[in-house]
Amino acid sequence: MFNSEQNHWFVRKVIFWRAAASVAWSVLLLPVTTALFAFLSRFSLFHPIQWISESFSLLYGSYVIFSLVLLCGVVLVVGVFNLEYYTVVPSVPCTKIALLGKVLHPQQSVHSLVHSMMGIMVTWCAATMIGGRYWILAAPCSEEEGVTGQKMCLNEYYLFFLLAGAFMGYSYSLLGVVRNMNYVSFQTIQQCKYLRFKGMLPQVVRYSAVQSLYSVRNYCLFYFFFGYIPRAWICTTLNVHEDSSLHRLDTVSGLLDFRLLYHLWLSGTFLLLTWHITLLLFRIFITEAYSFPVQSSFSEDVSQCLPKVLSEKQPLILKFLALQDLFLLSQQSLSRRMEVFSLSQPGGHPHNWNAICKECLSLLSDLSQRLVEYQEVVASNGRARPLSSHSDQRSTSSETLGMRFLLLLELVSGGVPDLQIFIGLKTPSSSPFSSSSVNRFVGNVDPSSPWYGSVQSPHVMRRGPKLWTASTGRLKFAHVKNFLARRVLIMYLFNKLPEASSQALFADSQAHIWALEGLSNLVAASYKEDRFGVVQTMLPSILSTMLLLQEAVDKHFKLPHASSKPVRSTCCLEDSTFKTLRFALRAALKTAMYRITVTFGEHLHSVQMSAEHRKRLQQFMEYKE
Amino acid sequence: MNSLSLFPPPGPDGNITLFESNNELVCGTSLGSRQKQGWEPPSLLFPRESLKPHSRPESSSKAAFLDHRDTLWMRSARAWRDSGLSGLLDEIANCTEEEVPRWLTVGCSWTLALLRWVSSFHGSLFPHLTLSSEDMVAEFSQVLDWSDCAVRAFAWHPHTDKFAVSLLDDSIRIYNSKSATAPTLKHRLQRNVAALQWKPLCASALAVACHNCLLVWHVDPTSLSTRPSSGCAQVLSHPGHCPVTSIAWSPNGSLLLSASPVDTAMMVWDVAGESCVPLQRVGGGGVTFLSWSPDGSRVLASTPSALFRVWETRTWTCERWPCLKGRCQTGCWSPDGTRLLFSVQGEMVIYALTFTDAPGEPHGWSGSSKAAAIVADLSETSFSTSQGQVRVGGQVQTMAWDPRGERLAVLLKGDPEAPDRPAMIAVFKTRISPIFELLPCGFVKGESGAEPRLLQFHPHFPNGALLTVVKNPSSQHFTAALQPY
Repeated sequence: MFNSEQNHWFVRKVIFWRAAASVAWSVLLLPVTTALFAFLSRFSLFHPIQWISESFSLLYGSYVIFSLVLLCGVVLVVGVFNLEYYTVVPSVPCTKIALLGKVLHPQQSVHSLVHSMMGIMVTWCAATMIGGRYWILAAPCSEEEGVTGQKMCLNEYYLFFLLAGAFMGYSYSLLGVVRNMNYVSFQTIQQCKYLRFKGMLPQVVRYSAVQSLYSVRNYCLFYFFFGYIPRAWICTTLNVHEDSSLHRLDTVSGLLDFRLLYHLWLSGTFLLLTWHITLLLFRIFITEAYSFPVQSSFSEDVSQCLPKVLSEKQPLILKFLALQDLFLLSQQSLSRRMEVFSLSQPGGHPHNWNAICKECLSLLSDLSQRLVEYQEVVASNGRARPLSSHSDQRSTSSETLGMRFLLLLELVSGGVPDLQIFIGLKTPSSSPFSSSSVNRFVGNVDPSSPWYGSVQSPHVMRRGPKLWTASTGRLKFAHVKNFLARRVLIMYLFNKLPEASSQALFADSQAHIWALEGLSNLVAASYKEDRFGVVQTMLPSILSTMLLLQEAVDKHFKLPHASSKPVRSTCCLEDSTFKTLRFALRAALKTAMYRITVTFGEHLHSVQMSAEHRKRLQQFMEYKE
Repeated sequence: MNSLSLFPPPGPDGNITLFESNNELVCGTSLGSRQKQGWEPPSLLFPRESLKPHSRPESSSKAAFLDHRDTLWMRSARAWRDSGLSGLLDEIANCTEEEVPRWLTVGCSWTLALLRWVSSFHGSLFPHLTLSSEDMVAEFSQVLDWSDCAVRAFAWHPHTDKFAVSLLDDSIRIYNSKSATAPTLKHRLQRNVAALQWKPLCASALAVACHNCLLVWHVDPTSLSTRPSSGCAQVLSHPGHCPVTSIAWSPNGSLLLSASPVDTAMMVWDVAGESCVPLQRVGGGGVTFLSWSPDGSRVLASTPSALFRVWETRTWTCERWPCLKGRCQTGCWSPDGTRLLFSVQGEMVIYALTFTDAPGEPHGWSGSSKAAAIVADLSETSFSTSQGQVRVGGQVQTMAWDPRGERLAVLLKGDPEAPDRPAMIAVFKTRISPIFELLPCGFVKGESGAEPRLLQFHPHFPNGALLTVVKNPSSQHFTAALQPY
């Protein structure tokens, strides 16, 4: 994982420090949550004075101090995992099989394993702090068995608690993948960090409590059915006995222990709350706006200036923060805009503006190209359109595990070419995002393997029946039955999730939105502030790029599922911003066009452009879009 | 300082103000004298008889239609869903002896009484919370006497000759100078419309502040349909954020703010993503009126108590401005965003606040003045006209500043009991640079018996400032006065 990306100056100088600060703050908040936990764990309605005095005496106990040290370690590890797994471009699985691939990926397995172990550690701390019957794993057996000798019996509550920790840790990790919890979105407004945290904290507490409730329900079901397995295993390995005088916990009466469930829920809430606060702080710190200098008089700092930083492809967080900074400066800072419009001292070239404009335009035209390609694939309904890289990709993917799926699909869909189109589409070499968006999270999965993208098209399934009738004669009856049985599963796994491909296409569109806003704000500001007319030379290409994108976006929204609204997630931590990015992009594009037409008005008639674009622009000038 | 006594007396009865010429408001008797302007201001009439107010299902009438043979569980579930905890408690407390044990009914009625006592205590701190939501909209709306007015909200499009009017029957009509079709917008959730605003830098989006949500209509300007479907509307709602009484789009069209008098948080909406960020501050008991400065750097947010806030939009921090007398009723910004004029309920003056820092520069947020200055005195003044004494003056209902910063129109509340003291529009001439000046210009007079209810300037009129007035005689009349200078 520690590749060249980690050695980038920005990651070393800014991102690491931001992550460290976020972990430091979560560690500082840990005593507060722990005290709250200790306080609530002793809750008793009928003895309030005893409850409060006990809680206070508990807080000074050595066990709590030791637990705190352990919990700090846990928070540290969670923080490291947050830093290692975060992404600004979510990977949207388009099929069930892609989702399965994400869950089963080795890197994700490491994540789940480590989180399960940390879950055990947190619940161990919780059990120690609650004390009482959760104190120890094995105890001398009670009465009648005690007569036969000093046998040790298993304390099932203890086991139940630790297993719950592992279960909750695993479900945290699993839900994190399914709900894209590692996706970091940027805020629409720039609030200061403390206020953002304060505003989000009640939601995070509520979310943790509710999630913990669900976890407890699922865990109880799990333990009810499979609880005997770990119990028997522990008993045999540690050579302890089961206490037959006590209720077993995998029975209904054993699980209906209200106090046990309350402690379980409280520990789960405590676990999720500490982890969620760490995640929240990480997101808040990492997405804080960073101000890049527009130009520098020292040559060694030139690589850290905005025009240079914008054109870099890796790391993605740097590109996003640079675009955000461009957006902010274009809107808010007169002096920095003047630097953008300024000319270089010897020579008199507008290098700053040219670099910024070129980068924004290439981003936008990449997106329109991506959209046009996607529309062509959908329009041609996947009929063969050989790509130049067809044979290469096939040879590389033949080595992978996914080859079997590929062959299977060859049977279903009747040919590889259309799959290859999708592979080509998903990873256009010109786009800085689409390939890395997959790689950032999933690491080094070969993007041409059919786990990704290949089977996302609806027409693969639509074509199935056609082929089926054509080849009936050639297949034997046994094959048919076999094939059908497999088909149900295949249908389920490979069926495209609605609108997912639309979401995937626009997954990185936050960058495009900032590029549009930044560019249009700069163009609008140039009307009054650009003394040398550097913006005017680029105006025709800016307008034509935006109009091309407008056309492509309009066409995209005519496709099925593209304009259907996704379900809004109710919580703050399950960030579903990426699901609506295409709507935001459409709105930002129109606003950007109007911003330019409102500012320049009739002057735009003297800008050179094609007749078709002029017609389109006229629509904007008459407010008919 | 300015006062109403410096104003020229209002025109004689029967005359209406037509336009401004040579620093004087010209009155005339008929519309015919408008010809020399070469522009005919549109005048729309909404007959009140054709607008039936929406008959709303009141909670009190519900019992007549509900089947009471449902089991207790069904009824409790419905009560919980409809009106939350208090509804559930009320339902159980009113049960008969056979259905629930006695201790439960008694417990529920005690809890209910306790809840009501606590909420009445809360209500005594913030008296507006005891109002019904419709009364609350009427109280905090910018329209004079909102509940009685046939036109409940009005908005010009910021870029093109188009406006939207919300009517008493909860429908919205859109009139466009270039097209004959006037689409009517109706939606199930569109009730008690308190405010309308078009999205800047966009041709089609119209935000509507409704009874329990915000609606954003996307009305295709090229469409010939007269009844756009409710699928064209986005519904934005947040629990506890209703009724919405004020909305404000950011001037660059990216964000939408909404405010409710019962919610202490002001919502910042990302409309495309349908997500919101609450901006919560303790104190005030809610937010009633929002106004975004034209340069986008600051937002005025007034509360139902004697306090208002001025937010800066760079990092969204706010300045608290405690007023002495009452709540801030209305406010408006100068076009460059450096000056805020506002008025306070219970006082007959206009205050001004100056923000001296250049917006947009870092470390600039500090340069506001320490106290607000009184710039105009609007206390009652008598004028003797040919018809006798006319008294003018009073508290300010709403204010509007024209987009070039040269005219300020102020709607003064009259006294409904005193016929010789009607509601009146006073127009000031203003100058922003080099120094701020406010000079009297005149009173705008409508037909006899017509009462002005709301005013707004046309946002991009080429020949000066065009004032639009919503009036309310016995039949609804809507007219516009032109003021070239």
